[in-house]
Amino acid sequence: MRYLPKSDLERRQMLDLIGASRLEDLYAHLPENIRFNGDLNVPPGKSEYEIADYFGARGGENANGFASFLGAGVYHHYRPVLVDAVVSRGEFLTSYTPYQAEISQGTLTSIFEFQTMLCQLTGMEVANASMYDGSTAVPEAAMMAMRVTGRKRVIVARSVHPEYREVLATYTRHQNVEVVEAGFDNESGAIDLRALERIVDKNTAAVIVQSPNFFGGVEDIQPLAALAHANGALLVHAFTEAVSLGVLEPPPDADIVAGELQSFAISPSYGGPFAGVIACKEKYVRQLPGRLVGQTKDASGNRAFCLTLATREQHIRREKATSNICTNQALIALMATVFMTVYGKRGLRELAEQNLAKAHYLGGELKRRFTGPYFNEFVAQASACDTINEALLRRKIIGGLPLARFYPELDGAMLLCCTEMSRRGHMDAVAEEFGA
Amino acid sequence: MYPDNFRYTKEHEWVRIEGDQATVGITFHAQKELGDIVYVDLPKLGTHVEQAKPIGSVESVKAVSDIFAPMSGEVVEVNGLLTDSPEKLNADPHGEAWLIKIKLSAPQETAHLLSAAEYQAYVGAE
Amino acid sequence: MIKKVRQHPNQNEQLLFEISSPGKTGYQLPELDVPPVDPSQALGAAHTRAEIEGFPEVSEVDAIRHFTRLSTWNYSIDLGMYPLGSCTMKYNPRINEQVARVEGLAWAHPYQPESLAQGAMEIIAELEGALAEITGMDAVTLQPAAGAHGELTGILLIRAALEAQGNPRQKVIVPDSAHGTNPATVRMAGYETVNVASNEHGMLDPEALAKAVDESVAALMVTNPNTLGVFEERITEVAHILHAKGAMVYMDGANMNALAGISRPGDYGIDVMHLNLHKTFSTPHGGGGPGSGAVAVRRHLEPFLPAPRLRRAGDTWTWDYHRPQSIGRVRAFYGNFGVLVRALAFIMAHGKGIKLATQDALLNANYLRKLIEPHYDIAAQAPSMHECVFSDRRQAARGVHTGSIAKRLIDYGFHPYTVSFPLIVEGAMMIEPTETESKRELDLFADALISIAKEIEENPQIVLDAPHSTRTSRVDEVTAARKPVLRWQP
Repeated sequence: MRYLPKSDLERRQMLDLIGASRLEDLYAHLPENIRFNGDLNVPPGKSEYEIADYFGARGGENANGFASFLGAGVYHHYRPVLVDAVVSRGEFLTSYTPYQAEISQGTLTSIFEFQTMLCQLTGMEVANASMYDGSTAVPEAAMMAMRVTGRKRVIVARSVHPEYREVLATYTRHQNVEVVEAGFDNESGAIDLRALERIVDKNTAAVIVQSPNFFGGVEDIQPLAALAHANGALLVHAFTEAVSLGVLEPPPDADIVAGELQSFAISPSYGGPFAGVIACKEKYVRQLPGRLVGQTKDASGNRAFCLTLATREQHIRREKATSNICTNQALIALMATVFMTVYGKRGLRELAEQNLAKAHYLGGELKRRFTGPYFNEFVAQASACDTINEALLRRKIIGGLPLARFYPELDGAMLLCCTEMSRRGHMDAVAEEFGA
Repeated sequence: MYPDNFRYTKEHEWVRIEGDQATVGITFHAQKELGDIVYVDLPKLGTHVEQAKPIGSVESVKAVSDIFAPMSGEVVEVNGLLTDSPEKLNADPHGEAWLIKIKLSAPQETAHLLSAAEYQAYVGAE
Repeated sequence: MIKKVRQHPNQNEQLLFEISSPGKTGYQLPELDVPPVDPSQALGAAHTRAEIEGFPEVSEVDAIRHFTRLSTWNYSIDLGMYPLGSCTMKYNPRINEQVARVEGLAWAHPYQPESLAQGAMEIIAELEGALAEITGMDAVTLQPAAGAHGELTGILLIRAALEAQGNPRQKVIVPDSAHGTNPATVRMAGYETVNVASNEHGMLDPEALAKAVDESVAALMVTNPNTLGVFEERITEVAHILHAKGAMVYMDGANMNALAGISRPGDYGIDVMHLNLHKTFSTPHGGGGPGSGAVAVRRHLEPFLPAPRLRRAGDTWTWDYHRPQSIGRVRAFYGNFGVLVRALAFIMAHGKGIKLATQDALLNANYLRKLIEPHYDIAAQAPSMHECVFSDRRQAARGVHTGSIAKRLIDYGFHPYTVSFPLIVEGAMMIEPTETESKRELDLFADALISIAKEIEENPQIVLDAPHSTRTSRVDEVTAARKPVLRWQP
């Protein structure tokens, strides 16, 4: 077998040294009923060619060559080729978590750069080395706010990604936490401030609001933060579309930012792997979950980096840990780091402006459901979503996401996303089908 | 090594009583076991603490140790020095690097504490 | 003598922010084919940022050099043996990377119509089936993002099943040899941890366990083979004890690399277990992620698995969201699909031959043990499976501890073993070679450890001051923690 670097002769020599006669002797001490003596019911080993062929065929059964207007937490952005060139290097791809700092400075340095760029983007003072994804970062941020405030009540906007809210429910179910949903304004699509005022109280740990929200709308965070702070609660700013940070001013009043970086050159890949992140004000760093890289010096006085503040983590604090997670998404976060480097200060801005322009082109052609400002996604009112999407599929276009699936009250509404990859011709086709 | 005018706990805290007030710290032995101390988490002013209940923690790079209240009372002073210079706990655990001062609510609790000689015997020869 | 490596220069490189220079660009966007929109008009001036202060400005050439230079400061499996115990650092086949980038898979959107996602769903179904077969379990969820996430999922499943019977119970038993994540997981699932000690062979003691198990216990979390690399030989008995009291057994499958093809947890009473696809199933660790923590269960836990579940409807796959007893979602979408593709590619490459891979993993560990044992103290006399744990006892007597021996291994061209874990072994040196090391590499590694043992006898200082050959000498972790600097500032 090509992944096993030993010849039978070498196996023989090794067994001889051990004093065993057959490979089976190595586990002869396992009780009989524990040993599996059958043959696994899996096909025989396959060649590289056959494997490539199999996955090529599976890929062929999925959508190929379609234009897409799906967003909803997963975005279709161009991936600069440098990204795969860097993450394919074995030194990044095949290394472990950088516990041995002396031979892990490559990974550690790149994570330090990641943390720095995330601070610059979000306006926060500390960012962790990444989380599993946005859907787990948001519940982790909620639990962090509970540790900071010592309170057990969380308010989450109904316009936060529905699947993120489902994960939040799973995470908090056994922690005596009350999760309350804050509705959106039926006109603007933004969080309903009046309604929020009625539910925020002195027991509230956090108000979680996504911006741009699930409907693509940009929230006015300042009054929400003021309301949260007046009650001693934290404001958690969630995001799913990181490209928006190229043009949107990060809310200065947020206490914790938790989001998803898939937009930064991470392929949609049927939903993962992605990279989430949590950033916060420095004073909350002790309650921040996930790994952190810090700057220090080596014995010769040179700048060096290492994992730090490890005492927050599960393997040391055990049941008092900030979270049970130990993996970050280093390689995926590295994709985001390379992406941010390639685009840089000007590029990310221009990219965001292109997204904005494309979405507003199509948004201008359709009947929008909400009136509030939007970035690269918006909700369109349709007569029959399914009919439109079926017609679009015939033109090799995947339309938007019908919202009734997550919001029964928004029956007949469709969430559409335009990015720099959306061509004018395809957008015109969408407008045509909506008008038809 | 261990001052005679202090009383000690088996969790390696010391306490020095002056009138109805007690100064609390961790012992030389405790800081030695932990190694380089990097962070100290202490209760806020005004907190009511109870004997033998956790009131905070000390951290080295790879370990965390809870601090237990040696006696009950109200926290009336917190040593701000340790926020910026946790290393003082390694340098001078019985002096400058005290942790908190408590206004005692149950002075008779000293009965549960060890004398310097008893503590020395408990930790053995250093 | 150091045989495997000698030094060669490597490049210095500053941080991105230090090589940045205003006006440099590494990108070019296509011409906009629609009218431009003024952000401050569309979004409101208050919501529009002036610039991203401090963000780098570098060229494409600057960028590739920067990351290539950084990469050369890392050790990796592609360079040599990476014997981190409990981490299963095996070769990451490159075909896996290629197939994960097949366009129809890499660009599949999780909300695209099911009719246009059948290939992705088929892959998930195939992998679920293969993992069920390898573990001897009945159903598998691939939603959890990593091992600890799978652990949480597993305990939530047990809780849901017990709740459905009317009483979730209060406690979960965790042996002292367990992974550090276990107690944190237990708390997140709303349980209390009860610790039990292992016996002198590092194994669970059924008699002691029987005393600890009553109707308040929901489950036992057991790592098997345990963190000493020793198989829990009385696991069947252990499972009986728990089941007799209505409790369940959760198995941490971090060490499945010792079992695939030769022993199936589903055959001896394990109710639920997780697998680290980034360990046993060769998906790359990537410097700390992504992982994937598949969870396999017996039939009685299947109704509680995270929603959605794949279901066959006629000749197509569909996602079934109607799962009234489900614990809910643990992650958005369907898991780390790109990792799943790689794991399935690995299983396809081995096929039934996965048994030989396991046997080779055992062979490598036992071969190393034999070579090293005369020079270091083995932690437990019991037979080793896929890893062997030593104690630094003999070397510590000369003032050199496991941490320094590990650093000295770097000078010999190897990544260190796992240091100071498991905690139940004084000065632990936990070595897991995996099946993908050649005899030559193992011989060099054993030589290195033996040579270091000799250095400790003759000149311990050289070991205490190691590493000597790296571009970065010993890193001051104390200052990093006392005065945290967590981002670059001008």
